Amino acid sequence: MVSESLQTIVYTIASVLFIYGLKGMAHPRTAVRGNLTSALGMFIAVVITLLASGLQYQYILIGLVIGGAIGYVAAVRVVMTAMPEMVAIFNGFGGAASLVVAAAELVKVTQGHEVADMQMSIATVLAGLVGSVTFFGSYVAFGKLAEFLGVKWKLHAWQKVIKYGFALIVAAIGVYIARSYDYAPLSWLVIATFVLTGLLTLNRRAVFPGMQVLKMLSGAIALIIGVMLVVQLSGTEVVPAEHTLLLYWVLIGVSAVLGILLTFSIGGADMPVVIALLNSYSGIAAAMTGFVISNTVLIIAGSLVGASGVILTNIMCKAMNRSLPNVLFGAMGATESTMDADEIYKTVKVTSAEEIAIMLETAQRVLIVPGYGMAVSQAQHAVRDLANLLEQKYTTEVFFGVHPVAGRMPGHMNVLLAEANVPYDKLWDEVESNSNIDTIDVAIVVGANDVVNPVARTDPDSPIAGMPIINVDKARTTIVIKRSLSPGFAGIPNPLFAMDNTMMFFNDGKKAFNEIIAAVKES
Amino acid sequence: MNLVMLLTVFVLAIFVGFEVITKVPPTLHTPLMSGSNAISGITIIGAIFAAGTIKEPELSKLFGMLAMIFATINVVGGYLVTHRMLQMFKKK
Repeated sequence: MVSESLQTIVYTIASVLFIYGLKGMAHPRTAVRGNLTSALGMFIAVVITLLASGLQYQYILIGLVIGGAIGYVAAVRVVMTAMPEMVAIFNGFGGAASLVVAAAELVKVTQGHEVADMQMSIATVLAGLVGSVTFFGSYVAFGKLAEFLGVKWKLHAWQKVIKYGFALIVAAIGVYIARSYDYAPLSWLVIATFVLTGLLTLNRRAVFPGMQVLKMLSGAIALIIGVMLVVQLSGTEVVPAEHTLLLYWVLIGVSAVLGILLTFSIGGADMPVVIALLNSYSGIAAAMTGFVISNTVLIIAGSLVGASGVILTNIMCKAMNRSLPNVLFGAMGATESTMDADEIYKTVKVTSAEEIAIMLETAQRVLIVPGYGMAVSQAQHAVRDLANLLEQKYTTEVFFGVHPVAGRMPGHMNVLLAEANVPYDKLWDEVESNSNIDTIDVAIVVGANDVVNPVARTDPDSPIAGMPIINVDKARTTIVIKRSLSPGFAGIPNPLFAMDNTMMFFNDGKKAFNEIIAAVKES
Repeated sequence: MNLVMLLTVFVLAIFVGFEVITKVPPTLHTPLMSGSNAISGITIIGAIFAAGTIKEPELSKLFGMLAMIFATINVVGGYLVTHRMLQMFKKK
């Protein structure tokens, strides 16, 4: 129906719209239009593809309806505090789509409908490998964020359904594939890797003995199988031709094990790095699929996403003063810490909502520093209410200090504050916060710990040494709202809590802010 | 298109990506991620060809349909949720 050259032209226009759309993300004012521009690009690319000749539509329609319905419901119903989980699982779907498209192309080759050249063979292997690592890695990230994977406590019924259901389905797929080919030892390898993948997701500990060895081993095997598949597709039969697809499934299984192991030990404060990294992988997988089917729009769009993920990964690593290999392979913890928590916390002072209200009455400039605790207790609206109240009642200037790795994904705090209608010009990054910290009368830390720990500046041996922090200890008075003195993700005590100008308000974030609001209104 | 051409496009696109994304402020990093997530749903193009090309084997159409579902979730869900978030950034 439409000529191939028209199709290519429309794909080029779509690519330009994607780039334009991303450019719009440079400012909140232009971002909505940017997103719509990018969506328009996707729309015309899809429409021109649907108009291609020689298509039948029933499978396409089924896919569009099911996928569209799931996507719509998920996007409309997700609460803003659950955004990290949502982005994590969506990354995974991108990887899954790539690996299945590559599988479909491989089927055409094995049934003689198409001949694989070197480009297609290598790209298929990479799309499968990266796609599988992305999908299974993202599932683990999702499970960790939704707190049903790698945890020891009791789960809700729906969490159990997902957890055991997923493991069971993966194992069943492995058995099904192996039975329909029956070529030992490859079919055994498929069963082994798929069942192992299922079992690994059930593990209740974040780290277990032999994990590093297994990680290396699965990486090495994935490479070997990948090379074997390329050789197989170039015409030299490693396995009988009718079992080519089996080799692909072994690759998927081994990469699944790799993807799970790479993300399983990562938790808490390192999550933003991993989500950004998986975001990048999903783009790379799409670009590789572009090489499989020789399609430029896939390559361009995939590269844009890949580049975006790499940049975010980099920013997150810098904000924690850690290298990427250190996040992926290193462990963090209090093991070498020489600080004794009880000794440090001897001089902790506790305060009350009424006392805080009195302090706020005379404060001219207030800085609120939110962390993951604000997300957990859904305190963003209460935080905004207090800020508004102070501005109206005392004409106080209230600012928000947002650390890049506060929360569980890049920009997590910003989204929550935006949801609560906090204007973005009230938001300071850590550099701006620190250069203005001398003018701050009261700093309120809510649910943040490691990102305000002065040890990062003072103790070169600490696990967070050199990490850029927000120096709330240099404000005139600091109030820390926290449920207990328990350590943050880095597992080290925070001397900030015991400083002369610091007061602790032990409470849940949302309740604490509501109590302070009530006290300010009364005074 | 031949491999060299495709590789050229790949490399140039990565550079464009770096240039454009570097300018995105930290405030918008979450919408950037969900928005770029939607863009990576471009695999839907490959899925359409796999699911719909008449002369191809049935198995590859089924895989195509599966890919169609995944990619459509990404495209629809990704753009919608990004729009929802950005609306919140817009209002003052």
